[in-house]
Amino acid sequence: MTIGNIRLPIMTSLIIWAILWEIVGRSGASFVIPPLSGIFARIVEIVPTPSFGEALWITGKAFVIGNVIAVLFGIPLGVLMGRSHIADRIFLPWVNLFLSAPLSALVPIIMVIFGAGQTTIIFTVVLFAIWIIVLDARAGVRSITPSLVEMALSFGATPWQAFSRIYVWAALPEILSGIRLGLIRAVKGVVIGQMLVSIIGFGRLFELYSSRFLMEHFWALLFVLFAFAFAINEALTWLERRFEYFASSRN
Amino acid sequence: MSPAAARKIEARHRPMVEVRHLSKIYAGGVEALNAISVDFPEGQLTSLLGPSGCGKTTLLKIIAGLIPATSGEVMVDGRPVTGPGPERAFVFQDFALMPWANVLRNVAFGLELKGVAQSEREAVAEKHIASVGLGGFEHAFPHELSGGMRQRVGLARALAVNAKVLLMDEPFSAVDEQTRRKFQEDLLELIAREHKTFLFVTHSIEEAVYVSDRIVILSKRPSQVSAIVEPEIGRGRDPDQIRRDSAYLDTVETIWQSLKRYLD
Amino acid sequence: MTLIAETKAYAHRGSAWGDILRHPATLWLISAVIVAGAWEIAGRWPISPAFPPFSDTMSALAGLIADGTLGKALIITLKPLAIGLIASVVMGVGLGVLMGLNRFAEWLGSPIFVIAQSAPLAALIPILTFAYGIGLTAKILTVCIMAMPVIVLNSLNAVRHTPATLLDMGHSFLATRRQIIFKIILPAASPVIFAGLRLGCAAGFIGVILAELLITPTGIGDIITYNQSVAEYEKMYAAIFAIMALSVLLISLLEMIETALFHPEKRAQS
Ligand SMILES: Nc1ncnc2c1ncn2[C@@H]1O[C@H](COP(=O)(O)OP(=O)(O)OP(=O)(O)O)[C@@H](O)[C@H]1O
Ligand SMILES: [Mg+2]
Repeated sequence: MTIGNIRLPIMTSLIIWAILWEIVGRSGASFVIPPLSGIFARIVEIVPTPSFGEALWITGKAFVIGNVIAVLFGIPLGVLMGRSHIADRIFLPWVNLFLSAPLSALVPIIMVIFGAGQTTIIFTVVLFAIWIIVLDARAGVRSITPSLVEMALSFGATPWQAFSRIYVWAALPEILSGIRLGLIRAVKGVVIGQMLVSIIGFGRLFELYSSRFLMEHFWALLFVLFAFAFAINEALTWLERRFEYFASSRN
Repeated sequence: MSPAAARKIEARHRPMVEVRHLSKIYAGGVEALNAISVDFPEGQLTSLLGPSGCGKTTLLKIIAGLIPATSGEVMVDGRPVTGPGPERAFVFQDFALMPWANVLRNVAFGLELKGVAQSEREAVAEKHIASVGLGGFEHAFPHELSGGMRQRVGLARALAVNAKVLLMDEPFSAVDEQTRRKFQEDLLELIAREHKTFLFVTHSIEEAVYVSDRIVILSKRPSQVSAIVEPEIGRGRDPDQIRRDSAYLDTVETIWQSLKRYLD
Repeated sequence: MTLIAETKAYAHRGSAWGDILRHPATLWLISAVIVAGAWEIAGRWPISPAFPPFSDTMSALAGLIADGTLGKALIITLKPLAIGLIASVVMGVGLGVLMGLNRFAEWLGSPIFVIAQSAPLAALIPILTFAYGIGLTAKILTVCIMAMPVIVLNSLNAVRHTPATLLDMGHSFLATRRQIIFKIILPAASPVIFAGLRLGCAAGFIGVILAELLITPTGIGDIITYNQSVAEYEKMYAAIFAIMALSVLLISLLEMIETALFHPEKRAQS
């Protein structure tokens, strides 16, 4: 977008939307849309509170543990599928299935098995994150030139060495992009899990604010969450770009 | 007298495309063309030859009216170029075929855009599909064709609009060597049959010498005309004989010597 | 490496049995049987009182189908889903294409959808409930907010990434702006736009289930919540199985349509 000779950066239009929001909020058209200035004041107010800190801590813990599990299981499975036709034929339909299936329907199952607690949230995170990690690791391994593997085997590499020294590194760009997409899905997973469980972390705060009609608080929490999600996405995109040289020089 | 020589005499005096002091500086500051002036005679095939990145595509696209020049002007058939026109047709290096349309529709596309009725444009398209040797493939889709066949579709599409000037940007670079030689023969036949002006970009000196009436050699970027060669090789003979002909080989050697200094 | 050795031996075997074994459908069947078997064993063991075996779940599913509960529930669930998806597709493709064609529209609109795509939009559901009550509207809007971003962004990117040489080709044949849009840009973009619809459909399913679990239990969400509360887990599992199966079937159907329409080269291979 250019006005005259000045190029407006892409995100600048958010200012217009913010002004619009403020006007709608002040006009009192709907109680669910409080003025934006009020929401930002609330952000400043609630972020330092202990209940927010605790929610953040619990959520962050579930998010990190869930993702670590997803990565630890997802990458080896993806590499296996990339290497072995049989494993690929057996697992691929399931991976594709879970990739597009409405995973929110599985959360109640996790909940009745593991109870309404942190374990359920962690499992939800794993469930949301793992499939895309598997699929991208598989794609990465498939894009490795066979000569690279043959080189390692000709030097007498063991299977573990081939996995840890060749496959993971050669497939790194795809693996990283899988992890990025997995993390984005995990953010959605952790929120969906907490909303369904609704007694821990941000889910509890959401429940609290909405039962008391505290709209400004609710929006403040939403904005903080959205900002987190956006920041995670941007940071990982940046990281991924740093590894792009790698993908282009590989073949 | 060979047909080629006859063509040369009849057309010698009339430039179909005139390029006058043309400069092009891209937005990033890359100076692709520097006050270049060159004529392209009517009814002849003129090749543009030059080091990679010297601005051949840029020149061709400006003549086509696809990108504006920074300064200078281009006249086609006596009229200044301000944009694409019906008297010019482009043959693209990567074919630019629409993957969702079959050969017939691709070839007829120029006429379709003009609003020619379907039955009429398909009749014209079929004629040109046959003339480039693709008869029977009217209803095939681009992905079902080989690279050489795809370029024939691109050529037929350019012929179908019956433009006076054909602009060809490395049309044979994406096809294999055997197909390429066949194409060169077909191109010579086409020139002999149709009274059109051809502007032909190529990287191959041999190809340029073999098919051209005139060869314009460009210098390194920012481009200027470094030499103009008119290969005097008698055509209408056996292709293998021509390729062994000393005039042919000498011309190739001369051009190689003049281009060699641009390598570094 | 044993894996490589295995793969090679497997690829070199040429017997009729080998061919049958190698067929994708066979392996898919085998893996389905393995999963169902593992489910059955885990349920009988049992790993958890809340984990019924596969067979019990299937007979509960048959029961739900036979007494018409499932059918009625699916119709209720599919209503907000269908309305929401149709609205998302019409508006999403329209907005995406508009933003792809017009720089100002892109500047104004795309940041919202870029943020929405990475944001956990499920958290908006309570707000939708406040604004529109617990009825159909809130559920339809839940489907819309989940499905729209990916549809919009796919359409935008598809239009933006029309091959430059096709555009050049159109210009060189003197196409008008209208012709460029309708004869080149939109046909070139349609495969990616359609892929966006498929992804949007998957997201819409997530949305409608969340709406039924979070706003008010209706349809499938009602069967899940009710049977969860009375601890009739096989029925709860059966309902979840049914909705997942339905979504997977629908999405595979869309995938097949996609291949048939836009990827004749893939179709020719298989
Ligand atoms: N759209 C563009 N923006 C900026 N610079 C460009 C653009 N297109 C081409 N250039 C630059 O202009 C110069 C000439 O490019 P052009 O494509 O005309 O060369 P060419 O002679 O056709 O090369 P080749 O033989 O490799 O096809 C190159 O240095 C190229 O990097
Ligand atoms: Mg070029």
